[in-house]
Amino acid sequence: MSETKKTDADVTTAPDEREILLKVEGLQKHFPIRKGVLQRQVGAVKAVDGIDFEVRKGETLGVVGESGCGKSTMGRVITRLQEPTGGSIHFEGQDITRLNAAGMRPLRRDIQMIFQDPYGSLNPRHTIGGIVSAPFRLQGVEPEGGVKREVQRLLELVGLSPEHYNRYPHEFSGGQRQRIGIARALALKPKLVVADEPVSALDVSIQAQVVNLMDDLQEELGLTYVIIAHDLSVVRHVSDRIAVMYLGKIVELADRTALYEAPMHPYTKALMSAVPVPDPKRRGAKSERILLRGDVPSPISPPSGCRFHTRCWKATEICKTTEPQLVELRPGQRVACHHPENFADQAPQDTVLLSAAKEAAELVAEEVRAESAKTSAAVAAVAAGSAEETGAEAAGKTADTAEQPEAEVAADVEATAPKTGPGAKTAPAAPLKTGEASTEPEADRQDPTDK
Amino acid sequence: MTELSKTGAALGEPAPGNAPDAFLAVRDLKVHFPTDDGLVKSVDGLSFQVEKGKTLCIVGESGSGKSVTSLAIMGLHRLGARGKNVQMSGEIWLDGKELVSADPDEVRRLRGREMAMIFQDPLSAMHPYYTIGNQIVEAYRVHHDVSKKVARKRAVEMLDRVGIPEPDKRVDGYPHEFSGGMRQRAMIAMALVNNPELLIADEPTTALDVTVQAQILDLIRDLQKEFGSAVVLITHDLGVVAEIADDVLVMYGGRCVERGSVDDVFERPQHPYTWGLLGSMPRIDRETSERLIPVKGQPPSLINVPSGCAFHPRCPYADIPKGDVTRTVRPELQQVGGGHYSACHLSPEDRTRIWTEEIAPKL
Repeated sequence: MSETKKTDADVTTAPDEREILLKVEGLQKHFPIRKGVLQRQVGAVKAVDGIDFEVRKGETLGVVGESGCGKSTMGRVITRLQEPTGGSIHFEGQDITRLNAAGMRPLRRDIQMIFQDPYGSLNPRHTIGGIVSAPFRLQGVEPEGGVKREVQRLLELVGLSPEHYNRYPHEFSGGQRQRIGIARALALKPKLVVADEPVSALDVSIQAQVVNLMDDLQEELGLTYVIIAHDLSVVRHVSDRIAVMYLGKIVELADRTALYEAPMHPYTKALMSAVPVPDPKRRGAKSERILLRGDVPSPISPPSGCRFHTRCWKATEICKTTEPQLVELRPGQRVACHHPENFADQAPQDTVLLSAAKEAAELVAEEVRAESAKTSAAVAAVAAGSAEETGAEAAGKTADTAEQPEAEVAADVEATAPKTGPGAKTAPAAPLKTGEASTEPEADRQDPTDK
Repeated sequence: MTELSKTGAALGEPAPGNAPDAFLAVRDLKVHFPTDDGLVKSVDGLSFQVEKGKTLCIVGESGSGKSVTSLAIMGLHRLGARGKNVQMSGEIWLDGKELVSADPDEVRRLRGREMAMIFQDPLSAMHPYYTIGNQIVEAYRVHHDVSKKVARKRAVEMLDRVGIPEPDKRVDGYPHEFSGGMRQRAMIAMALVNNPELLIADEPTTALDVTVQAQILDLIRDLQKEFGSAVVLITHDLGVVAEIADDVLVMYGGRCVERGSVDDVFERPQHPYTWGLLGSMPRIDRETSERLIPVKGQPPSLINVPSGCAFHPRCPYADIPKGDVTRTVRPELQQVGGGHYSACHLSPEDRTRIWTEEIAPKL
């Protein structure tokens, strides 16, 4: 991955200029559960339950989440290895949601997949030459200079030797097998590569080799990646934008820097705080850690409202009843949460914590809660202040000087409040004070949803 | 680790046969498996010590001998058909008792009671036909002459202790009814039911999600504090090591290449392989637009371990020492600081220079 491409300026200022390669809207994949003699459907595993995102040419979209959140199913559905049960998939502007096998065939060249298990994804009875040349045979492509030469070139491209052509998969180590899988995926010069946990089965030192290889190939061949992984450090390293999934939904979709520096969804924050940092000095800083209670609920009957409300330490009544929409709160950062971190509260009127949230909050260090309240209060106060400036004529020039202290006061009040209990929820008090002005930033924020 | 620095035991040349001061001491352990293709030297001369209440992390790639070491301590290589096909030598001292030469029945009495193990994959480590409760009760009754009722009470108590909700109901559940994290908790409960003084955890969190991993590591830490056990934790994740270890042992090709306190190994690593491990890890806590620095090549075959320093074919600095000493002479562990040992031919000056000038700035 070129360094220029990775710089923030490029990612944040010019994401719209790149062409959209893949657009997914309301994608659903429900696996039916059947019971009884008649095999009547009694329920469904809602593996993917309505997700929207787009992938732009040349970028890498990382998808993270715990096991069972539907990220692998999502990968298989967008490559049409599994049929979606709802929603639409557009590839280069063409609707591929309902294409049949014959219709998909020419597109298979452009969409390829790298699988997680380098042992299960290579046929043990075929030679490496046979495996890597299969795409040419199936698509009836005759590369320049012949298939064998092209396969040997591919093997060299991924760091294997051309003499490996006649060997069998069992003669290779895990890392080498993963390279074979990559060579096969790249044979037909695809436009989009979906990689499902490409490095999780490999040793750390080998993992780095494969990550670097994928970087180089992207630069060389202008590939677009969707990388699905559970390892947040790897995803941070390879992705331009990152989608965080929880129980079949995207809860946050943001640029890499924004997501890691100022995550807005409490789940994202918890997920990142749980990653062990290879620095023994940070061990004492346990206060940063947010422990989540229990396990991910079943996707057969996901919790009502916000699916994370059963484990969230900020959950209130509205989280139980109303599902938050994925809204662009900051440019390039879409979040589905009523009470986001690092931002103004989206449902400030709702301040009573659910009992589950109170229990969950016991596991969250006070420092974390205090800091989170402080930042949201500051953001809210600034937002309210600027709204006041433009909205209220009477305030005039004094608004400029008035807004600064107000933000500070709000922050100070909040810094002490959490000690008295679940005070984190009182943060939005600042914008409420300003009366009608507070509705304005709210309206502004909702705007992006309408488009 | 104080014991280590003041005696020569750390270097694997103690007075053999004498009981050491440390709670667990392994001296010059060798575990070899004869196969049709040749002798697999899985562990080839390994020494280390662990005190009660301390945690030693063993790190290394797959095939570096980490798991074989743990199974050797538990005496699990000598069981059944496998026992005929292993050559073990060296000493393993647990609380003043030597285990390598001990009678298998004696080791069996210790296993589960004084030393217990947590395996990587709880689904295959637990019996699918028996309830979780049954398996914990069995583990308890093997070592305690108590009624089933008492043992069951103890099982419920342990499940509660490791944070399983409604333990009195879940005790009758089967392993497949538990989620991955819950299963791992149940296995920890099973391992700790006899209050063992040594707990060996072989990749206990590798199969788990990060959120659950954080819970399990916290649990192991809390239980260790409560029971004062010695913990040997095997992992390949340096993040986990930094989180939980007191001491670290880096293994490569069946041997220890570096050993020291967690600060030594992370702040002043002295072996190129350790540098390689640190450089190939993507890190969540830093903005890294730079490339990872992988270790080139493949891990060595344990049948044909490279001559000289086993790491030399992959080492970028193998040509710095004069002559072909890296290719012909096997480096021994040498003390490079209080309680910090490294097996490398590079001179201390070269190592310090390479680490501070070339490696550390890129991490």
